[in-house]
Amino acid sequence: MIKVQGLVKRFGAATVLDGIDLEIQQGEIIVVIGPSGTGKSTLLRCLNFLERPDAGWLQVGDLSVDVTQARKADILALRRRTAFVFQNYALFANKTALENIAEGLIVVNRWTKARAHARAREILERIGLADKADAYPASLSGGQQQRVGIGRAMAAQAEVILFDEPTSSLDPEWVEEVLSLMKQLARERQTMLVVTHEMGFARDVADRVIFMDGGRIVEQGVPSHVFTQPQDARTRDFLRKVLASQTSPVP
Amino acid sequence: MDVLDIDYMLGLLPVLLRYLPLTLEMAAAGMVLALVLACLLAVIRVLAIPGLNAATLLFISFFRGTPLLVQLFLFYYGLPQLLAFLTQINGITATIMGLTLHFSAYMAESIRAAIVGVDRSQTEAALSIGMTNGQLMRRIVLPQATRVAVPTLMNYFIDMIKATSLAFTLGVTELMGATQKEAAGSFLYFEAFITVALMYWGIVELLAWLQRRLEKRLGEAYRR
Repeated sequence: MIKVQGLVKRFGAATVLDGIDLEIQQGEIIVVIGPSGTGKSTLLRCLNFLERPDAGWLQVGDLSVDVTQARKADILALRRRTAFVFQNYALFANKTALENIAEGLIVVNRWTKARAHARAREILERIGLADKADAYPASLSGGQQQRVGIGRAMAAQAEVILFDEPTSSLDPEWVEEVLSLMKQLARERQTMLVVTHEMGFARDVADRVIFMDGGRIVEQGVPSHVFTQPQDARTRDFLRKVLASQTSPVP
Repeated sequence: MDVLDIDYMLGLLPVLLRYLPLTLEMAAAGMVLALVLACLLAVIRVLAIPGLNAATLLFISFFRGTPLLVQLFLFYYGLPQLLAFLTQINGITATIMGLTLHFSAYMAESIRAAIVGVDRSQTEAALSIGMTNGQLMRRIVLPQATRVAVPTLMNYFIDMIKATSLAFTLGVTELMGATQKEAAGSFLYFEAFITVALMYWGIVELLAWLQRRLEKRLGEAYRR
């Protein structure tokens, strides 16, 4: 289980996260939506300590950290419990698809190379890229790269996978294969926290949708509720704008 | 008399070849030591370690700002006057020392630039899976920086091989020193020096060929 309490992040004078409280149950799939610049990505980055929060408590599994007191060891432990999927894939450019997935197992979990590669092959199989094991990122399509990025996150066996706009950099033709892999993970009840503008995915897959604005959680609930009966004016405004621009309208 | 005494040149070649190992050894030792020192200096600069950073800047400024020949004379003739135990220093050691310090100053900057040039996303991805700073440097950043740094580092190595010829001013009989002696004996200065010039050129061309192969191999991951 993941618990976030009073999480605050400031960049200079700007407060990007203004006291976030959030609980995620094991196996829960949460989609975070909201206008650009409202702290959605920053929330994910704070959970992974890619950004250091200014205040708050984080609990991931058996690890509980006061972010202001977090030491190096706490930060490493926290990162090992949270896996991250980046908008720009961020695959290791000097490593093959297989090595990208095996890297963390070898370096962080101290597995033998043989064991790590065997696991990486299993994962490549699951993400449908068994034939690309020895391909370098530069030779893969955007969709394939992001699937390897998801495979790398799967290998970590983290408590939660954090998806930071995983399809936003993709050409339209590759979006579907990435979303379908994410749906597959959702069916396997992989705990996921997903920042995305794919409203169809939110509606079909999420257990809970969170709407953020101005560094706060404005509204949350099951997708059918948030999408059809948004309570807050800001949510209504955002949904009207977004849904108008997306091809498949919410019924 | 012929314009060019080819037979003399052909006879000189095996004589000079005996001095080639010393030249290459000084260059290789200088290159390895300079690489190690340069990596250290580059990491200090990248991490901006307080105190050490300022010392590194001063070091780089001095060794880039003064001629190699002056530095060699300083080590060989100057330092023993200051530090008695250095009277033992021989020309070869002084040359390796000079090459190391001089070239590490240049190489540190190109290594630093290569490290800084590795995309930030690579570091973030490594951090996100729980790597330490040391692990991500060793496994992700430095291998990628190497690819960028290799062409310039090879340039410095080529320069260093040629710079070993300055050792002859410290009384070391290496390739250049041997040529000088042979030429003084035969008075065939042009033949002697064109021979040694061709030898240096040949070595450098060989290295350039190796460099192209190395670059091709390092670039394999980046072919689309």
